[in-house]
Amino acid sequence: MTLFDVFDWLELTAIGEAVRGSIWLFPAIEAVHLLALAMIGGAVLVVDLRLLGASLRDQPVASVAKNAHPWLVASLLALIATGVPLFLSEAVKCYFNTSFWVKMITLVVAVTFAFSVRRRIADGRWQVGAGLQKLTGATSIGLWFVVAAAGRWIGFS
Amino acid sequence: MLLGFAEWLAANPWSVALHESLYMYPLVESTHVLTICLFLGTLAMVDLRLLGIAFRDTPIPEMTARLLPWTVAGFVLLVVTGGLLFFAIPVRTYQSLWFRIKIILLVAAGINMWIFHKRVQNDVDRWARDQKPPRAARVSAMISLSAWAGVVVTGRMIAYNWFDCDRPQAAFVVWFAECMVDAP
Repeated sequence: MTLFDVFDWLELTAIGEAVRGSIWLFPAIEAVHLLALAMIGGAVLVVDLRLLGASLRDQPVASVAKNAHPWLVASLLALIATGVPLFLSEAVKCYFNTSFWVKMITLVVAVTFAFSVRRRIADGRWQVGAGLQKLTGATSIGLWFVVAAAGRWIGFS
Repeated sequence: MLLGFAEWLAANPWSVALHESLYMYPLVESTHVLTICLFLGTLAMVDLRLLGIAFRDTPIPEMTARLLPWTVAGFVLLVVTGGLLFFAIPVRTYQSLWFRIKIILLVAAGINMWIFHKRVQNDVDRWARDQKPPRAARVSAMISLSAWAGVVVTGRMIAYNWFDCDRPQAAFVVWFAECMVDAP
């Protein structure tokens, strides 16, 4: 069985069929996906802007990160919960879509980075200088930007 | 009159060029969507603080002073890219049910914001460090989050043609979207 067969099978699952068969289900799920995107944008940006020294400078980085973390997790879960049915409804199209693969690979990198390096630097477990903090914030913004931009581009191609 | 304006825009060669361009339109559209993260993301963090469910140990004036400039920057970019998107498809957008609801919600969000900054926020010094801000502030934040979420959702729906004037529509849609109005 090839990877394509898996995608082909995924598209034929009950959820995939249901979303594809409805005119309003895809847009409705997509709208929630978009709202969760806005939310994760906020949760990511407050911390990254703080790491960059561009916002909430009177608060310690660790405090900003601790406050933002539950919202990052919640919005990520909402994005996955809505993203999966969207994907299932057009899995075969996604298989042939470069933007989809760029998004998914970058997503894995972004999530891994967020919960390993960035989290440890933000909450102070790893003490680093201002330069490395800035690099962490910029890397995080860059990774999430690619995820969101490539995600949007799936719909154009 | 406004329909006439939309038709006048549609006749502009730049409008046609943007609408039909292979990359410019999607690029402008993507910038518009991604800027929602900057605008609504930072605004949501402030609103969640006002609701008393996030950043409870951060003084409210600090949240607003440090984050709202980013919100404003996002808004400017949204208006510019949104204006370009309207310019690319003026007549259909003007007669879009979703676009009209979006504008109403946008105005509602604006009025709510104005009331917050002119009235609700006046005595912020007294509750700047409250874990749970006063009721008026929480109501403001709730209206803000709901209205902006509505703006995002209705904005996304503009792309779907279910209620377009060139399809048979219910009387309400015809009236609300002014489908029957002829251009001057």
